[in-house]
Amino acid sequence: MILVLFGISLIVFYLSRGYPTKFPPWGQYVTLSMSQAEIAYIKQLHGFNLPLYEQYFYWVRDAISGNWGLSKWAGNQQTLTVFTNRFPLTVELAVSAIIITVAIGLPLGIVSATKNNKLPDHVSRIIALSGYAIPVFWLGFLFQLIFSYYFKLWGLPTLPSSGYVDQTFANSVHLVTGLPLLDALLEGNLSYLASSLVHLILPAFTLAFATLGYLTRIVRSSMLEVLKQDYITMARSKGLSERVVIYRHALRNALIPVATVTGVLFASLLGGVVVVEFVFSWPGVGSAALQATFQNDTNFLMLYTIVSAAIIVLANLTVDVLYGFIDPRIRLR
Amino acid sequence: MIREKESGAKRVRRGKFESLRFALRLLTSNPLVLVGSVLSIAIIGVALFSSLLVKPSLANVVSYSSQLCWGNHLIDWGPGSSICSSGNYWLGTDYFGRGVLSMIILALPLDLEIAFAVVLGSIGIGILLGGISAYGGLVVDETILRITDIFFAFPTLLLALVVAAVVGPSIPTLTFAVLLVWWPLYVRLVRGQILAEKEKNYVECLKSVGASDSRILFTHIIPNSIYPILVQATLDIGGVILIFSSLMFLGFSPKQNLPELGNLVAEGIQNVFTAPWLIIFPGLAIVITTLAFNLVGDGLRDILDPRLRH
Repeated sequence: MILVLFGISLIVFYLSRGYPTKFPPWGQYVTLSMSQAEIAYIKQLHGFNLPLYEQYFYWVRDAISGNWGLSKWAGNQQTLTVFTNRFPLTVELAVSAIIITVAIGLPLGIVSATKNNKLPDHVSRIIALSGYAIPVFWLGFLFQLIFSYYFKLWGLPTLPSSGYVDQTFANSVHLVTGLPLLDALLEGNLSYLASSLVHLILPAFTLAFATLGYLTRIVRSSMLEVLKQDYITMARSKGLSERVVIYRHALRNALIPVATVTGVLFASLLGGVVVVEFVFSWPGVGSAALQATFQNDTNFLMLYTIVSAAIIVLANLTVDVLYGFIDPRIRLR
Repeated sequence: MIREKESGAKRVRRGKFESLRFALRLLTSNPLVLVGSVLSIAIIGVALFSSLLVKPSLANVVSYSSQLCWGNHLIDWGPGSSICSSGNYWLGTDYFGRGVLSMIILALPLDLEIAFAVVLGSIGIGILLGGISAYGGLVVDETILRITDIFFAFPTLLLALVVAAVVGPSIPTLTFAVLLVWWPLYVRLVRGQILAEKEKNYVECLKSVGASDSRILFTHIIPNSIYPILVQATLDIGGVILIFSSLMFLGFSPKQNLPELGNLVAEGIQNVFTAPWLIIFPGLAIVITTLAFNLVGDGLRDILDPRLRH
């Protein structure tokens, strides 16, 4: 795990510091009016004149102590502050997307497997396939077009297409956790809660769509595999109801392959966050990363890449640790 | 002796014939696969002959007389949209008065080219590094595996984003950025295939008659393990198009009027409410292309999966 993070930091560090570009990394400390001598002084002050590997060690030291440098696109604020201010919003979006994925994808996969080659199977296969084929950015705009524009034309209740809460409430809740939903609940501010919930629907469904298809497909195939096995026939011949056979006996084993792809799901989610936040003007870290890319704010990008890589690695690690609980056969060995 | 040989050859021929028949039956029994194959052949055909169907210079033409209008009466887009007074624009026109359908046809070759380039490049790297990894001993194997681990821990889009930002947006660097995300999967896949094949009897036989490692690898193992790689490649054509068009959509297009599906969607955003066709149809083109190749990949997997034959 440490090795993976080390490798990632090396790659990102090389890309941001070592690779010769039009925008040198010291650019953000320099203004146009500075003389060559002043620029040289600043390069020396921030250590940009050292060999690359020495710069890397200084960077690691600073990063571990929480100093990730200044973020250029956020007007030279501390990168870490900018990140931690925005991160909870992304967490809220991602967690709701995960909840939607599991709440819809799991039953859909099970139904698809148990009603193999019947109508529900075809429907869920179409959903799964389109999850693979529909670009997230396009789906987001389609949702906006339908639910915010055409619903208004047709006189139906609309869903907001941007932001995380109505501007009128923007400051009516004290930030405790930074998660709008949780903060509103803690304060008992129901109108704020409703507003942030309504704002969450479209982005969360958009983000969930791709992972939903993936999950459905995996649940379906592993469920089909398990349902063919002898012990299921045995359970059925004991006279157990189909419900018990599927949910008690088959599902537990069918979920094992699902756990192994958690890392992939997280990776797709964290990549998708960038697009979804951009499309829905959601002020989280994903949209910030995109703006940072366009302004060559490598400090922010480094923090974002390393945090997302750490999340993916942690997810994989947790699954590895939890394997024993999910699959008792592994525990016995 | 001779007769035996003959019957053996006949059996092989019949075996091949039967597997072909099986493939055809599977193709016809699953209408989705058939639709996918027909669609993807049609898409490749349109892409190959796009310059004959639409003049490539159209991308730079500006005609304000037919700006942002809708050309057929089958769909009513609501009060904000306007109808073309003249011309034959099935899918409407964009801000510069160009037909959206023509722009989509012009955009297809670029997207498909990049998809094929990335997938073929990944297969090449996969065979090379996968082969080295499977044959190179423990240390080499571990090193290559750990490197692929590192790339797996990146969110797919993010690495491409960082590379595109640092190296600067141009078609070759964007292709390289997507390739950088894609190759580790193939290294793992090829390595796994080779390791599985290596244990089989025929490899043992080849070794015993003195065939060299590289000969066994390139003339026997890789041809034998090419099918799963082919399936993955077909499935990935769509995936690459998705990632590439996302990058273009997010603003990494090197040129403003570049005919590329993601870029077409991005350029349609400003007029999305008065001309919704600007984002709907280029996006739909991405969906159909990706879906077609995915369906073919699914079908190929079923055809090549020996468990499904009985």
